[in-house]
Amino acid sequence: MSNTAVDHAHDHSHGHDDHSHDEPHGWRRYLLATNHKVIGNLYLIFAFTMLMAGGVMALLIRSELFQPGLQYMQPEFFNQLTTMHGLVMVFGAIMPAFVGFANWMIPLQIGASDMAFARMNNFSFWLMPPAAILLMASFWVPGGATAAGWTLYAPLSTQMGPGMDMAIFAIHIMGASSIMGSINIITTILNMRAPGMTLMKMPMFCWTWLITAYLLIAVMPVLAGAITMTLTDRHFGTSFFNAAGGGDPVMYQHIFWFFGHPEVYIMILPAFGIVSQIVPAFARKPLFGYASMVYATSSIAILSFIVWAHHMFTTGMPVTAQLFFMYATMLISVPTGVKVFNWVATMWKGSMTFETPMLFAVGFIFVFTMGGFTGLILAVTPIDIQLQDTYYVVAHFHYVLVAGSLFALFAGYYYWSPKWTGFMYNETRGKIHFWGSLILFNITFFPMHFLGLAGMPRRYADYPAQFTDFNMIATIGAFGFGLMQVYFLLAVVIPCIKGGKAAPAKPWDGAEGLEWTVPSPAPFHTFEEPPVVK
Amino acid sequence: MSSHSAKAPYYFVPGPSQWPILGGVTLLLTMFGASAWVNGITWGMYLNFAGIFLTLVVLYKWFGDAISESEAGQYSARVDVSFRWSMSWFIFSEVMFFGAFFGALFYARSISMPWLADLDHKVLWPDFAAQWGNTGPAGTIEAFKTMTPFPIPTINTALLLTSGVTLTIAHHALREGQRAKTAIWLFATILLGAVFMGFQAFEYIEAYSELNLKLTSGIYGSTFFMLTGFHGFHVTMGAIMLSVVLYRVLRGDFTAEHHFAFEGAAWYWHFVDVVWLGLYVVVYWL
Amino acid sequence: AVKDSQGGPAVLEMNLQTPATQIAEQIYSLHNLMLVICLVIFVAVFSVMFYSILKHRKSVGHKAATFHESTTVEILWTIVPFIIVIGMALPATKTLVSMKDTSNADITIKTTGMQWKWGYDYLKGEGEGISFLSTLKTPRTQVGAPGVKPTEARGDNYLMEVDNEVFVPVNKKIRLITTANDVIHSWSIPAFGVKQDAIPGFVRDTWFKVDKIGVYRGLCSELCGKEHAFMPIVVNVVSDADYKKWVDTKKKEMAANADDPSKVWTVDELKQRGEKVYAANCVACHQANGKGVPGAFPALDGSAVVNGEKAAQTAILLNGKAGMPAWKATLSDTEIAAVITYTRNNWSNKAAENIVQPAEVLAARK
Ligand code: HEA
Ligand code: HEA
Ligand code: CUA
Ligand SMILES: [Cu+2]
Repeated sequence: MSNTAVDHAHDHSHGHDDHSHDEPHGWRRYLLATNHKVIGNLYLIFAFTMLMAGGVMALLIRSELFQPGLQYMQPEFFNQLTTMHGLVMVFGAIMPAFVGFANWMIPLQIGASDMAFARMNNFSFWLMPPAAILLMASFWVPGGATAAGWTLYAPLSTQMGPGMDMAIFAIHIMGASSIMGSINIITTILNMRAPGMTLMKMPMFCWTWLITAYLLIAVMPVLAGAITMTLTDRHFGTSFFNAAGGGDPVMYQHIFWFFGHPEVYIMILPAFGIVSQIVPAFARKPLFGYASMVYATSSIAILSFIVWAHHMFTTGMPVTAQLFFMYATMLISVPTGVKVFNWVATMWKGSMTFETPMLFAVGFIFVFTMGGFTGLILAVTPIDIQLQDTYYVVAHFHYVLVAGSLFALFAGYYYWSPKWTGFMYNETRGKIHFWGSLILFNITFFPMHFLGLAGMPRRYADYPAQFTDFNMIATIGAFGFGLMQVYFLLAVVIPCIKGGKAAPAKPWDGAEGLEWTVPSPAPFHTFEEPPVVK
Repeated sequence: MSSHSAKAPYYFVPGPSQWPILGGVTLLLTMFGASAWVNGITWGMYLNFAGIFLTLVVLYKWFGDAISESEAGQYSARVDVSFRWSMSWFIFSEVMFFGAFFGALFYARSISMPWLADLDHKVLWPDFAAQWGNTGPAGTIEAFKTMTPFPIPTINTALLLTSGVTLTIAHHALREGQRAKTAIWLFATILLGAVFMGFQAFEYIEAYSELNLKLTSGIYGSTFFMLTGFHGFHVTMGAIMLSVVLYRVLRGDFTAEHHFAFEGAAWYWHFVDVVWLGLYVVVYWL
Repeated sequence: AVKDSQGGPAVLEMNLQTPATQIAEQIYSLHNLMLVICLVIFVAVFSVMFYSILKHRKSVGHKAATFHESTTVEILWTIVPFIIVIGMALPATKTLVSMKDTSNADITIKTTGMQWKWGYDYLKGEGEGISFLSTLKTPRTQVGAPGVKPTEARGDNYLMEVDNEVFVPVNKKIRLITTANDVIHSWSIPAFGVKQDAIPGFVRDTWFKVDKIGVYRGLCSELCGKEHAFMPIVVNVVSDADYKKWVDTKKKEMAANADDPSKVWTVDELKQRGEKVYAANCVACHQANGKGVPGAFPALDGSAVVNGEKAAQTAILLNGKAGMPAWKATLSDTEIAAVITYTRNNWSNKAAENIVQPAEVLAARK
C-alpha cells in the first residue's frame, strides 16, 4: 500500500534548496506561506473568526426567539440568518478548524517535514477567505442572502435572489479547497510517514483524518454536482428539480444527503481522533483497543454512505426504503459505541489527572453520547416522522456538533497549544472555560429537546406561545455560552500567544508521539531528516 | 533511483509563493463575476472572463515554477510517489462528480418518471405516460426528438478508444526513449480528441436546430446536456494537459524513467475515455 | 399568561403531545421505550466512567495499569449493542409498516401546500367535491413587527388557528394525499403522529383515524419561505352527524360562492373583488404598496407586464414564472380576472388594457 522506508537511506544529501530554509517574516510569512505550521495557524484564525460570525448570527436568532411575535426582524431575514448560520458554522468554522489541526499535527505526528504539497496547501487555505467574502457579501445584495436553509432544498432555492448564486459559487470554491486539502492530507499520510511508522502505529488523529479525507474526496464533488444542477435550474432552464419538466425536487435531497450525511461524520471523526489522543495521555495508559478503533472508524465511514435518506423519512419513500435506511442508520451506533467503550476502558485503571484538555475530552464523551442517543432515537422512523424538522433535531445536532466537534476542538487546542505557542495556557482560566461552556451549553440546548417533542418546528421566526418558557431559557443560555467563547478568546488564547509560563517540549507526562520530541514552540522546520520509529 | 534523486532533497518543500493567494483572488473575481452575470448584469460577464483569464495566468506561472523545479532535479522519487497518489485521488473525486450526474439521470429516469405516471399521480397529471424522452407532465416543454447512438456517438466512441491506444503507444515510445515517436503518437491522440470535440459540437448544433433538443427540453435535455457537456469539458481539459505534455516532450523535458506529467495526463485521458463509454451506453443506447 | 392550547402543545410540555390516534400512541410508547433503553445504557456506561474518574485518578494515588486490549470484551461490546439495536428495530418496523398502509380509506382528502396556506379537496367518500382554502386566522396585530408592539393580546391558539378548518368524522380512516404548488411544505398534526411532506408536482399519501372528538392543531414543517411559521393546520374531528351537517352547509356555501365565468363585470366591481384576492394571495410577496421586494419579488407598481398586454399577464398568473406560482388551480377565472384588473388600475398603474373579464381568463386556460 505505501512506499515508505524504501528509499530514504541513500538520499540524505544536504543539498536542500536554500529558499526552503529561510524563515519568512512579516506579511510574506502568512500570505505566501508554504509552511504547514503557518498555514495551520491561518486556518485556525479563519475558523475562529467564522465561529464568531456564525455565533453572532445564532445570537440574533436566539434574540428573536426569546419571545413569540416578531420583535427584531422580518421572517425573511430570520431565514437568512438561520441558513447562513448553518453554512458558516459547517463550512467556515468546524471544517477549517479541523483542517488547521491536520496541518499542524499530521506532519509532526508522522515525522514529515511538511505537507506533501506545500504550495497547494496554501492554495487550499487561500480559497477560504474568498468563499467567506462571497458568502457574507450576499447579505448586502438585493433580496439578501439565501434563505433556503443550509440544505438549500429545491425548489425553494430556485426562488431565491442573487444571494443564492453567491452561496452556490462560494460552496464550489470551498469544495475545491476541501478536495485539494484532502488530497494533500491523504498523500502526506500515505507517503511521508517516517521510517518505521507503519499505518497501524500511526497516532489515532492521523487515522481519523485519513478516513475523513477519503470521505471528503468522495462526497464534496457530489455536493458540487447538486448545487450545479440548482444553478442551471435557476438560470439555464433545466428541469432537474422541477416536476413540470419531468424532474424531481426529492432528487435534490437524495443527492444533497448523499453528501450531507458523510459530511456530519467529516465533522466528528477528527474529533474522535483528538479525543483518542488526549484520553490515553491523561490516563497515562495506552489507548485501549487501537486496532478496533481503526476498524470502528472505517465502519462508520463506510456505513455513512448508505444511511443518507434518514433525513428524508417524511418525504414519503416506499416502506422498504424507509426500513433499509432505518436499519442501516441504527447500525452506526455499534461502531460508535465501540469507540465510547474503548475510551472508557482506556480510563479504567489509569492514573488520571484532569487538566483542561482532559476535562474537555471527558465532557465530549459525556455530552456527545447524549447527542448520539438522540440521533439513534431519530433513526427510528416512526419517531423521526414525529420529530423531523422540529427543535428535537436542532438539539440533536448541536449536541454532536457543539458539544461534539467544538468541544473536541477546544480539547485539542488546550492539548497542543503549548506546542504551537511555546507557552502554557492558564489552567484556572481553562477550567472556567470548560465548566462555563459545559453548563451553559446544556442550558441552551437541553430545553430544545422538550420543544421538539412538543412539536415546535425548526426554522420558525415565530412560534405558538406555549413554547415560550423553554425558548427563553435557551436564549439566556446561548448568550452565556457565547460570552464563554469570548472569554476563551480574550482570557485564554490571546494571553497565551503573547506570553506566559514557558512550555517544555512535552508538557503532559502521559503524552506520547513524535510531536512531543520537538521543542516548544515547534521550530519553523521540523523533521527535515525523518526520525526513525521503532 | 535515477540521476534525478541523487541531488534532490529528501523531500522538496517549495519556498514562499505568491501564486496560491493570487489564485484565490482571481477565483474570487471569477465567481463574483459569475454571480452577477447569471443575474443578467453585464459587467459580471467581463469580470468573470477577466477572472478566468487571470486564473489561467496564475496557473501558467505556477506550473511553470513546478516544471522548473522538476527540471532542476528537486523532485525525489518520493515526491514522484506523492504526485501519483494525488493524481489518483483527484481522479477519484472526478468519478464522484460524474457520479452525481449519472445518479441524477438514473433517479429521474428509473424512479421519478414512473412515479409521475403512476395511478396516484393521475390526480395531478392525468395524461402523462412514462416514456423516456418525454416533454414533461405539465406539457410546458416543446416537442423534441431524442438522441440516437448512430452515427456520431458511435464514431466518437471509436475516436476516443483509438486515442487511448495511440496514447499508450506514445507512452511505450517514451519509455524506450524515442522522442520523435512519442511526439507523433501524442499528437495523434490530441488530434483525435479535437476531432471528437468537433463532432460533439456538430451534434449539439444538430440537436438544437434539427431535433429541437435543448437544455430546456425537460429532464431529458437537462441530463443529456449536463452529462455530455461536462464530459466534453473534461475532454478539453485533458487535451490541454496533453498539449502541454507534448510541448514538454518536444522541449526534451522527460526521460525514459522520469515523466510523471505524461503519466498523470494519460491517466486522466483514460479516465475521460471510460466515462465516455458509460455515457455512450447510458445516454445513447438505453 | 398563556394556557394549554386544545389539540396543540401544552405549556411546559416535555414529551410528545397527547396521542389521538393509535399510530400516535404507538409512537409515544416507542419513544418511551427508546428513552428508557438509552437512559439505562447511558447510566451504565457513565457510572463506569465516573467510578473510574473518582477511583483511578492520580491524586488518590492510583497507579496506571498497562493493559490495552482484550479481544473478548471487544467482541462482547460489539455483539451486545448489535442485539439491542435489533431489539429496538423490531417494534419500530411493525409501527412503520402500519403507518404506510393507506388502503381501505373511508374518505380521501387531497391537500395542497402553497405559499402560505393550505388548500383542501375532498376527493372520495362523504363530502366529495368540497374544496376550500385554509389560511392563518391570527391577526398580525397579535404578532407585531420589528419596532411595532402587538396591539392585541395573544390567544391560546396563537399561530395555530385558521379560517377554514378541515372537518373529518371520528373513527373513520382518512387518507390524506399531499401535494404542493410552489415549494415543499409539510402537513403535520403531532397528535395524529402524521407528518407528510407536500412536494410540488408529486403526490404522497398518509392516513389517520382519530378516536376522540376534538380540534387538533399542527404547523407547516418544511421550510417554505418567509411565512413558513404562518401556515398552520387545524383538523376538527366531529361525530358522524355533525360531519354530515358540515358537509351540507359547506356544499351550499360553495354553490352560493361559485362564480359564473360568463358574467360581464365592470372595472370597479372587478377592482373591489380583486383587492380582496390580492390581499389574500399576492400581498405577501408583492407587498401592499405593489413595490415587491427588490431582488426577490418584482414590483407590480409601474411594472411593464402589468401596464402592457393583458394576455401576457394572464398567462403569468395562470402558469407561473420562476418564483411566481401558477394560480390556475387555486384561483377561479373570476378571481384571476379581478386581481389582474385590480393591479392594472391601482397604485400609479394606468394600463391601456385596463380590464380583463373572467371569460377571457377561461379562454386563456385552453
Ligand atoms: C457531528 C455531527 C453528527 C453526528 C456525529 C451525528 C450522529 C448521528 N445522527 Fe445526526 N445529524 C446531524 C449531525 C450529526 N449526527 C445534523 C447536522 C443533522 C441535521 C441536518 C439538518 O437537517 O439540518 C442530523 C440529523 C439526523 C437525523 C435526521 C433528523 C431529521 O431531520 O428528521 C437522524 C435520523 O436518523 C440522525 C441520526 C444520527 C445517528 C443515528 C447518529 C449516530 O452516529 C450516533 C451514534 C452514537 C451513539 C448511539 C452513542 C454512543 C453509543 C453507545 C454508547 C453504544 C451503545 C448504544 C446502543 C447500542 C444504542 N441525525
Ligand atoms: C456546525 C456547528 C454549529 C455550531 C457551533 C452552532 C452553534 C450554535 N447554534 Fe446552530 N446550527 C447549526 C450548526 C451549528 N450551530 C446548523 C447546521 C443549523 C441548521 C441551519 C438550518 O436550519 O439550515 C443550526 C441552527 C441553529 C438554530 C435553529 C435555527 C432555526 O431553526 O431557525 C439555533 C437556534 O437556537 C441555533 C443556535 C446556536 C447557538 C446558540 C450556537 C452557539 O453555540 C453559538 C455560540 C456563540 C458564539 C461562539 C459567538 C460568540 C460571540 C459573541 C458572544 C458575540 C460577541 C460579539 C462581539 C465581540 C462583536 N443553531
Ligand atoms: Cu409551508 Cu412551511
Ligand atoms: Cu445523517
